[in-house]
Amino acid sequence: MTMAECKPRGPCTGCACESEEAVVKKREEFEDEALVVKKREGGEEEDEQEEDVSAAAVDGVVDVERLLQELVDLTRSLLAEEVLDQQFTQLQQLQDESNPEFVLEVVSLFFEDSERLLEELTEFLAQDPIDYVAVDAHVHQLKGSSSSIGAQKVKTVCVKFRKCCEEEDREGCQKCLEQVKQEFSLVKNKLEHMFELEQKILAAGGSLPYPEEEEY
Amino acid sequence: MNYSSYLSSTWMRPITDFDIPEAHVLAVDDSIVDRKLIEGLLKTSLYKVTAVDSALKALEFLGVRDGCSTSLRPNAFQVNLIITDYCMPGMTGYDLLKAIKDSTALREIPVVVMSSENSPNRIESCLKEGAEEFLIKPVKISDVKRLRSYIRPPTKAPCSGSGETLGPSPICSKRKVGSLEGLQVKSNPESQPCLNGVIVA
Repeated sequence: MTMAECKPRGPCTGCACESEEAVVKKREEFEDEALVVKKREGGEEEDEQEEDVSAAAVDGVVDVERLLQELVDLTRSLLAEEVLDQQFTQLQQLQDESNPEFVLEVVSLFFEDSERLLEELTEFLAQDPIDYVAVDAHVHQLKGSSSSIGAQKVKTVCVKFRKCCEEEDREGCQKCLEQVKQEFSLVKNKLEHMFELEQKILAAGGSLPYPEEEEY
Repeated sequence: MNYSSYLSSTWMRPITDFDIPEAHVLAVDDSIVDRKLIEGLLKTSLYKVTAVDSALKALEFLGVRDGCSTSLRPNAFQVNLIITDYCMPGMTGYDLLKAIKDSTALREIPVVVMSSENSPNRIESCLKEGAEEFLIKPVKISDVKRLRSYIRPPTKAPCSGSGETLGPSPICSKRKVGSLEGLQVKSNPESQPCLNGVIVA
């Protein structure tokens, strides 16, 4: 291999084709390529900035990859643990340039709406006697909205909850309320973490790895 | 985006434009999450969407008030599809479907019903009543893609001088719109109650 053909993927640690001089040159070339996106032409002031940016850019490249991996791992585990289901993936597919914050918007509405429903459910279950029709109506709503965003565990508890309402099982209802609050809290934390990761990725200049829309 | 800017940007915006080249879908659902979802789903197909939270508001939008068909707002003629939830407090999606199909002015508008309950009785009665399709929630992208085949082309408003676009019409035609009298809740075609009597905040 000649020096011209040698294209190191990292800083050159030297190979048969090169003299020490060539190794230093290759190392410099690699660093330049890492900077090419951030590189600006300009005066002395910008040279200084360039240096800072160049250090950050190299770090930035690594950060985005790490963040993306974290995001992918988080999403995968939430799907595997059935905290989220494929309906959530549908929401992600609906997000695009004309609707860049769609998932965040729908999920935020879900959080607000669910918090309201859970508060009202707590009040209803504190009454004596319990108005099971009203409780059931609230649980029905919560079941619907959790299903629409793919919050699978929340939805599953709602199904159980509705049965307890049908049977007018006070204790059962109390238990279900506790469970549904827990599951809601879990999915809320996880989704908020997901959104944080997404913001960091976008801020670092990366783009989100959303699933491709399926062809029908 | 906060909640109030969401409201003002979507279903609460004033209805002023009538030159709508793309299909206009009227979505009816009492769930704010589902309204947002349906909007998102429909907008990817480039439909213009008006989302309302009740069957009564849907009928108002279409120009039906107090059991009478008024001179219809041009909106009615620009609505190419109505998609409605089945289970809503007060007037259900089934009642709305019936009202639309009983109205000579509105019956040509295709109606699709959505529900979280996969009840054969419910499905059959909606299809019998004239619904194009019955979608099981949660609604997906593939469901919306199928809706394309139901979209009817826009019709022209009749020359009844309905230049006014907003506000109540002073003239109420004698012809009643089907089962809308008093806008009573009709009995459901199945024994399972649909949470009708419960108005949830």
